Amino acid sequence: MGVPIPQTVVIVGGGQAGAQAAISLRQAGYEGNLKIFSDENYLPYQRPPLSKAYLKGDFEKERLFLKPANWYLENNIELELQSKITKIDRRERSVLCQNGSAVTYDALILATGSRPRPLPVSGSDLENIFDLREIEDADLIRSNATPGKHLLIVGGGYIGLEAATTAKRLGLEVTIVEMEERVLQRVTAPVISDFFTKVHEKHGVRILTNTRLDHLEGKDGVVSTAIFADGTEIPCDLVLVGIGIIPNTELASESGLACDNGILVDKDARTDDPRVFAIGDVANRPLIHYGRRGRLESVHNAIEQGKLAAAAILGTPRPTEDCPWFWSDQFNIKLQIVGFSQGYDEYVIRGEEEKNKFAVFYLKNGHLISTDAINAPAEFLVSKKLIISGVNVVSSELEDITIPMKDILGRYTH
Amino acid sequence: MASITFIDFQGEKRTVEGKNGQSVMEAAVGNSIPGIDADCGGACACATCHVYVNEEFLGKLQPQDEMELSMLEFAENVETNSRLACQIKVTDELDGLTVTTPESQH
Repeated sequence: MGVPIPQTVVIVGGGQAGAQAAISLRQAGYEGNLKIFSDENYLPYQRPPLSKAYLKGDFEKERLFLKPANWYLENNIELELQSKITKIDRRERSVLCQNGSAVTYDALILATGSRPRPLPVSGSDLENIFDLREIEDADLIRSNATPGKHLLIVGGGYIGLEAATTAKRLGLEVTIVEMEERVLQRVTAPVISDFFTKVHEKHGVRILTNTRLDHLEGKDGVVSTAIFADGTEIPCDLVLVGIGIIPNTELASESGLACDNGILVDKDARTDDPRVFAIGDVANRPLIHYGRRGRLESVHNAIEQGKLAAAAILGTPRPTEDCPWFWSDQFNIKLQIVGFSQGYDEYVIRGEEEKNKFAVFYLKNGHLISTDAINAPAEFLVSKKLIISGVNVVSSELEDITIPMKDILGRYTH
Repeated sequence: MASITFIDFQGEKRTVEGKNGQSVMEAAVGNSIPGIDADCGGACACATCHVYVNEEFLGKLQPQDEMELSMLEFAENVETNSRLACQIKVTDELDGLTVTTPESQH
């Protein structure tokens, strides 16, 4: 294609996606200037343990870092921490740093991530109300998490359920309040929501669904009571807000890049400016296995798009796109999800819920579109292959535990 | 502490120091060993850290749990000495461990 290799690549954002782009560029032999601007205090790190082992205190901080500090030196990567980019000037091909200096680029990668959605109720500015996205958030929650305290978690999504697991293990009293009629409503089908509700209740987590938080009240500036829309009150010492995220699109939209629930990118993670790429939580990308676009908040997506942008910048072949996948660890359960179940017209269950080992297969027009696997990695891995291959599947075979998953895979692929 | 040698599919060797408590995957990623992506960061969720373990060390490793066995069942080119590097904890006993990374992960 004869794409000119850029002299300078600037990456805005030092999360999983931004780091992956740098890793992939250097792995592919890119020798030009490579700069990462991160507004965080730490080297790029993995976020999943923040609600799990790291929050519990079982995981040293250094183990969170995707690469040690010397890796950036050895690979000649200028990593600027605590460094916010305030503006993109696409005509001048430069980004403006908070300190006023401008840095020019030949290719720009926006990996600006997302931020927790703020709690829209009065009293949310009281003390002991936390988000959970960065290392500092986890540190702050843990330092306040003394056994016996009552933690109220607003939002029954993954962050809330994983944090509830950890908080119970730390000896806290935990209540989850969810506005919708079930937990994980946005991301899974009722059968999985019901299962996790039971798991959490068995471990002593109180889950209040169809319940809207009205406001929070405090004593001496510290949160002490949650008041719900129906007027009931519960006491709480700590509040964790996990009600979703907002993509950090402002830099892009202010520079005139097309945005619509994220920065719009093509299959190569390229925006409507050929020199500018967007990856990770902030990007709204084509989902090739689903014939639509979407914005994904996951490790798989961050890594894949980092690789896609690096390949596009260097003009190397586009990496194969995987079917989107996710995972969550709660109590003794590992949930692995592949694909999106929205729009299914049939589902079948393989295995037994009572044994904490089963999978739910979601089908549409005879094709598998998604699977939720509970402690069932074989079901997860085979599903991924079946979704990518796009073959018609027979639901009665999927649910038949006398047919090993390996044989099911063999029937549909060669 | 254990000295761990990674051999890639072309036979190139790289030796790194693994710290106790770390996983072999973490020792690899921290030292930029090619062929170990470890996309999930060690949650045993992705099977991108498949390695072949030198036979003499197989017996010194903690046995595979059900999750690792299932993940490996569907990895590519699995052999009897296949393991997921994220599930191997570094101990003094593993000093001198040699593992080979599969071609499919490069």
